[in-house]
Amino acid sequence: MWLYLCKRVVLGAVIVVVAVSLLYSMIHLVPGDPVKIVLGPRASPELQAAIHEKLGLNDPLPVQILNFLGNVATGDLGVDVFKNRPVADIVLEQLPHTVVLVVTGIGWAMLLGIPLGCASAIHRNSVLDRIAGVLSVSCIAIPSFVVAIYAVMLFAVTLKWLPAIGAGERGNLASQAWHLVLPAFAVGLSWVGYLARLVRASMLEILGEAHVRTARAFGLPERTIVLKYVLRLAILPTITLLGMGIGILISSAVFAEIVFARPGVGRLIFDAVSTRNYPVVMGAVLITTVLFVVSTTLSDLINALVDPRLRSEE
Amino acid sequence: MRRGAKGAVLEVRALSVEFSTARGPLKALRNVDLDVPAGSVVGVVGESGSGKSTLAGAVMRLLAENTRITAGEVRFEGRDLLRASNAEMRAIRGERISMVFQDPMTSLNPVLSIGTQMVDIQYRRDRSREEKNARAVEMLRRVGIPDAERRMAHYPHQFSGGMRQRVAIAMALETEPALLIADEPTTALDATLEVQIIHRLKDLQRSEGCAILFISHHLGVIAELCDYVVVMYGGEVVERGTVRDIFHRPGHPYTEKLLECDPARIADRSRDLPTIPGDVPDLVALPRGCVFAPRCAKAVDVCGRDAPPDVWLEEGHEAKCHLAAKAGGGAASGFEGGAASGAGPRAGAGAASGTAAESGAGEGAGAGTRTASGGAPA
Repeated sequence: MWLYLCKRVVLGAVIVVVAVSLLYSMIHLVPGDPVKIVLGPRASPELQAAIHEKLGLNDPLPVQILNFLGNVATGDLGVDVFKNRPVADIVLEQLPHTVVLVVTGIGWAMLLGIPLGCASAIHRNSVLDRIAGVLSVSCIAIPSFVVAIYAVMLFAVTLKWLPAIGAGERGNLASQAWHLVLPAFAVGLSWVGYLARLVRASMLEILGEAHVRTARAFGLPERTIVLKYVLRLAILPTITLLGMGIGILISSAVFAEIVFARPGVGRLIFDAVSTRNYPVVMGAVLITTVLFVVSTTLSDLINALVDPRLRSEE
Repeated sequence: MRRGAKGAVLEVRALSVEFSTARGPLKALRNVDLDVPAGSVVGVVGESGSGKSTLAGAVMRLLAENTRITAGEVRFEGRDLLRASNAEMRAIRGERISMVFQDPMTSLNPVLSIGTQMVDIQYRRDRSREEKNARAVEMLRRVGIPDAERRMAHYPHQFSGGMRQRVAIAMALETEPALLIADEPTTALDATLEVQIIHRLKDLQRSEGCAILFISHHLGVIAELCDYVVVMYGGEVVERGTVRDIFHRPGHPYTEKLLECDPARIADRSRDLPTIPGDVPDLVALPRGCVFAPRCAKAVDVCGRDAPPDVWLEEGHEAKCHLAAKAGGGAASGFEGGAASGAGPRAGAGAASGTAAESGAGEGAGAGTRTASGGAPA
């Protein structure tokens, strides 16, 4: 188990380094000199050269990447060129909003989607299964930002049940929770469909396996068979999907953050890219990449905890 | 052999099972009769597709969804299982009848420890967790698993194939069932392991006193373990008798062929293994007459025309064959007779007195047939 853990952590570190290097190279290949954007078009060549030197932009690309990674290792993600604030502070300020949004969104989707998938598999081809199937595919097919926009129009503008924008008052948990309802709904809806379909498919696969027949041949109660003997195995692919999903959503819940005018990492990256605020782009993407790796690694570890065969693999 | 010592623990009567397929109903079992006397071992032998496993599934009512039991009775301890409710059936499974499956690599749950699975199946017992654990450890010891206490925490993938099958046998006997159904339990194992497992099973059967319905296509194993044998072909029982009857005086051409094809029994060296020419019958479009006729070297006109009767050859020995009838066997009187003395695979006691005179003639003729056909070596 410990060996497995170490291997996963090393692999995670490699993924982060590769991802950051790729991104760094990409940023420097697109046209547009960040220094000119910061200083404006009328800055003197001398000043531009000084800033270039200060930001280390004259070094060859591999050296720049190494320098960046070296700084990151010491906790320095660079400085926002406009606000002159440490990028780390800016990102960490936005991060909780996104994490709460993603966890809530995926959370309600799990609470609904996993039982729905189980029920569909157990009562295969029943009315419930067919209705759940149609609803699931609909949930997956409708783009999330469309759901978000219509949710705002219906529940906030027309019905006035829920607030339309913002993350709620600072320090007021009730208000923040209230403001979270619609965005979490929009983020999670398609996941209800994904999870229901995936859990149904893997449940059906496991239900057909020989060991389930053995459990039946011993007369075990159906509840024990489903919850202990089948679901434990059927949930494994779902855990992997959730790990990836949460990791991706940390940066791609941006649609909900924009539609609902919420603060968050996705929105931070979007704004930073639009204004060519490269240090912020780099810092924010670095942190979301790390979170992606952490999230997928965690899901692998949970899988290994559930499935002893994974633990014993060399 | 405890012939007739007790009544039959399992009586299968006129059992017919169909699979629905795209081409129409596949008649997987037709009119199958079978008795398992208490405390005895009954072997079911036949090629793949002969309906052996379907028979086991039907007894346990654990058949695939596209399967339908169209007729018959499965009487177990006096109750017709085919008419039992699902709850009643569940109370019998694992408690009165338990089962060992073919592939030990897939028949145990891969994410639960052996101990968990062995404790779970005792859920009906009013025992403490420690007592359940102790019972499981005891069973593991009895099937010959070294270091049983420590092995309880291990998962199936940490056991070898032979060890896993021992675990499966330990689980099956843990609840002291009256009947153990073993569906090709040694087919997935290599030969040395097979012998070990069979010996272990035989010892346990003697000490536990349970009856075993043992399904196999391996004649050597059947001969080693069983008291009675039922030969199946194309979803029908074509011959039944004691192990001695079947192996020494086979009455059905198919049984003869099976014995000839058993590599362990081939005396002369030859480059080619003998085989039975032709394919197993199409159970969706059954041939007229005898199911084996298209592959039978001895088939005559009547074989392709009429379904053969069950022919009484000697006490407890019957074959479903026109040739056996011609050779002088009497028609078996069916299963309705009093079962006082004949607790064979099929209780033919009623026929015993009525056809006593023919008995000797039948045996004599049977011997003649055997010589003529080159016979099965004893």
